[in-house]
Amino acid sequence: MAQKRVLMKGNEVIAEAAIRAGCRNYFGYPITPQTEVMHYMAKKMVQVGGNFVQAESELAAINMVYGAAAAGFRVMTSSSSPGISLKQEGISYIAGAELPAVVVNIVRAGPGLGGIQPAQGDYFQATKGGGHGDYRNIVIAPASVQELYELVVEAFNLADKYRMTCMIVGDGTLGQMMEPVAFRDEEPIETIEKPWAACGRKGDSFHHTVTSIYIDPDVLEKKNLELQDKYKIVEANEVRYEAINMEDAEIVITAFATCSRICRNVIRQAAELGIKVGMIRPITLWPFPYKAISEAADMSSVKAFLDVELNAGQMIEDVRLGANGKKPVYFHGRLGGNLPMQKEILDKIVAIHEGKIVEGGNF
Amino acid sequence: MIDFSVIFAGFGGQGILSAGKMAAEAALYEGKEVSWFPSYGPEMRGGTANCSVVISDEPIGSPVVNDADVVICLNQPSMEKFEKQLKPGALMILDSSLIKTRPERTDIKVIAMEASDIASELGKMMFAPITMLGCMATATGCFTRESFEKSLFEILPERKHNLIPINMEAFDRGAAFAK
Repeated sequence: MAQKRVLMKGNEVIAEAAIRAGCRNYFGYPITPQTEVMHYMAKKMVQVGGNFVQAESELAAINMVYGAAAAGFRVMTSSSSPGISLKQEGISYIAGAELPAVVVNIVRAGPGLGGIQPAQGDYFQATKGGGHGDYRNIVIAPASVQELYELVVEAFNLADKYRMTCMIVGDGTLGQMMEPVAFRDEEPIETIEKPWAACGRKGDSFHHTVTSIYIDPDVLEKKNLELQDKYKIVEANEVRYEAINMEDAEIVITAFATCSRICRNVIRQAAELGIKVGMIRPITLWPFPYKAISEAADMSSVKAFLDVELNAGQMIEDVRLGANGKKPVYFHGRLGGNLPMQKEILDKIVAIHEGKIVEGGNF
Repeated sequence: MIDFSVIFAGFGGQGILSAGKMAAEAALYEGKEVSWFPSYGPEMRGGTANCSVVISDEPIGSPVVNDADVVICLNQPSMEKFEKQLKPGALMILDSSLIKTRPERTDIKVIAMEASDIASELGKMMFAPITMLGCMATATGCFTRESFEKSLFEILPERKHNLIPINMEAFDRGAAFAK
């Protein structure tokens, strides 16, 4: 049963969703534009008998996450771009040790300290590694406050199920905005046994040890292959995306999170001009919906793709892999924390429709 | 109603962000879709502040407003900045107690009201944006007076319910300017 809709800020909903999902350990360090996650946790985690620590640094926070996850507890940390960079060593260790953790990145513009306005420049970092070694994170990109709630709860289930980091990627807009959210009376928590957890021997015949070090190359290769097998299962089972207005679409927009919302309005405006525009909105950025892109590229009505991002063109590489040269992929991006105006995107759609621009051209 | 968008703008501390939230709550009370997005960052009391509110019968596309149906301005810099972000024919409501010039654009409607003077008569400057909410709701029908009042009962803790009548008085004083 869904409860009455209440108006809440994205960042606060992230924290509330985590607590509802059974997360009783939060370790973080403040940074704009995600600090409200911490504010909410500082107040509420104590009320539900959990642990809240404002760590001395991002590094400390992610290693506290490592510890709590190793002991079998549901745990989360959150930060924004520069802070997430600092956490990458820990995220790599968590991947190596196969621990479940939820990490939230409310992305701001970079590189370096950059700015505090919304951006999507961390797509490569989130989906292609970030830290060292051959590993993957499940990367989820919600597009509304309601979806933030549902997907943060789901992130804890997926993290436990696959013993991986599940990363929620939002941006300043999503974190700072308020929208109505309807909470469920009861959360769909999947309780997964954690016999591997290092929480004392408790009469077992073996030591519970959590590690990511394997000195023998053959042993490590076997471990690496096991990880890759697991990632293949995730790729086969966990791809999520939303297809909007795809029937008879002539131009297919690919966009995630905040960008996808701006594009929703553009789809409506293009229809008024008689141009049929659809959209594929990846919800999981890894695993990426290559098949959906490929199938769209096979549609006879589809003339081209237009990838819209708040970066210089990152997800477009995955869109191109999916389209595999079957249809051209155009790009529109804004940088520095600016959001595209609907008119900019609409103008580009008109230009593509009239065959007036070259593939890939942007700035 | 599809994506009715409002920008609230003024100095930090005038109650701009709260007024935006109250508008969103009133529309939510009517079962509408709403979004509220603040300017954020190195904001401070006395600096500029603004927020965008979108009200719609359908799921809201962008929470970021580039071409508003209404702009509510409580200071001179906001009027100059957000005048450019109104749709042709859209409405600007400005606080004439604080803004001495008028927009240059001739293709928009302007309601100038002494919001801050009314607020000081009512005893608190925070009522200024509430009077302008009353004006906006009456001029555009984006939510009803009743929804506004009922949403206040829902969002305010009970110990503050005694403040609702004076808020409604502010709302009604503003509504008079819409007629």
